[in-house]
Amino acid sequence: MIKVLPINIFRIVILVLLQVYILNNIQLSGFVNPYMYVLFILLLPFETPGWLLLMLGFTLGLIIDVFTNTPGMHASATLFMAFLRPMILGFIAPRDGYEPGTFPRIYYYGFKWFFQYSAPLILAHHLFLFYIEVFRFSDFFLTLWRVILSSIFTIFLVVISQYFIFRR
Amino acid sequence: MRNLIRFILNNHFVILFIIFEIVALTLVFQNNHYQNAYAFNLARNISGNIDSRIFAFRQYLHLHEVNRILLEENSRLRNSLLSSNKLMIPASGDIQSDKAWEQQYNFIPARVISNSVNKQNNFISIDKGSNHGIGPDMAVISSEGIVGIVIGVSPNFSTIIPVLNIDLRISSKLKESGYFGSLHWDGRDPGIAILSDIPHHVTMNVGDTIVTSGFSAIFPEGILTGTIDDYEIIGGNFYNVTVRLSTDFRKLNHAYVIESLFREELFELEEKTGYD
Repeated sequence: MIKVLPINIFRIVILVLLQVYILNNIQLSGFVNPYMYVLFILLLPFETPGWLLLMLGFTLGLIIDVFTNTPGMHASATLFMAFLRPMILGFIAPRDGYEPGTFPRIYYYGFKWFFQYSAPLILAHHLFLFYIEVFRFSDFFLTLWRVILSSIFTIFLVVISQYFIFRR
Repeated sequence: MRNLIRFILNNHFVILFIIFEIVALTLVFQNNHYQNAYAFNLARNISGNIDSRIFAFRQYLHLHEVNRILLEENSRLRNSLLSSNKLMIPASGDIQSDKAWEQQYNFIPARVISNSVNKQNNFISIDKGSNHGIGPDMAVISSEGIVGIVIGVSPNFSTIIPVLNIDLRISSKLKESGYFGSLHWDGRDPGIAILSDIPHHVTMNVGDTIVTSGFSAIFPEGILTGTIDDYEIIGGNFYNVTVRLSTDFRKLNHAYVIESLFREELFELEEKTGYD
């Protein structure tokens, strides 16, 4: 536990800066906005206790909120995603469970497993976030379209990061 | 009692999730109005510092475009200078003295240091604050047209609520006929806003100019807002006019904050007469 602490603090700082100063400035027709900071929740070790997972999700979302002037929106969405993570992990677990010493990455469990793991979580996060932000059903399909486009973009970035940065 | 504790321990994951989610949603609902910018002024100040550094670099990329716009504005202003006009005194007219005019609006130039167009509640930050004479509720324009209203001020930075925020409404009128309505954004296209409350008997054409009405003490009269893109009658007796905004928020670089020098006087009068 102590060993993974510094690398995770480093990761949270880098991802928040990347999100706030680079990704939030990508404004493709005001439609697509990738939220790659959720990668932090995806990469946490399998053994992370439930309460810590929820607290980290809430805190990470709140940090993003402070920078983007949207109190509570990212916090509630990221918390929701952290809540779903253990269930998704349970659904797609290999037959003998997860081996100790491995992390949820393409390197250990392959592309198919990682896609099944990250895509539903990212989609859930974006759905929650965009509908909380719009907070009305009059533009239901417009918002859904934004959710789908942004999710595809985020999933693409997350998978790419697996091949270039988290190769091991 | 022991059963209760066991129940909580067994389901601590779900219970913790519900507690946290309630906290987060409370935050969302309590701060859904644009007043929340006040609470986030501290964070603004920190991120404003970093933003202004990044922006100093990014500005180089837009220099060409910005130069062109400034040149155009300069030439327009030069045309309205006294020295570029010929004094035409009628043979037996009385000459108006300079004292007849008093300055009503003061323009404070500022640079935009952070901006967004892809949310429902967008905000803009600029690099001037109360040290430079900026206060809440001042109007902000660019050389192309209106931008928004100042809502939060720290010593060196200000937060602006732009037209592209679904919480803001600005009183605007048709330049030609003078009928006024309220301009707001529907949260979709960052180039388009909606002007409502125009009576159905008014005639208008696509391409007509929309300007600010000057009815609030914030905006001066006649600041360019945009041009009519489309119009239709919704429901009853009022037009819904689609306005193409003259300011392109996606490449906003410079802005002017307008200080109205007679605002205090107007406010005092309105308060005294019980005007709402």
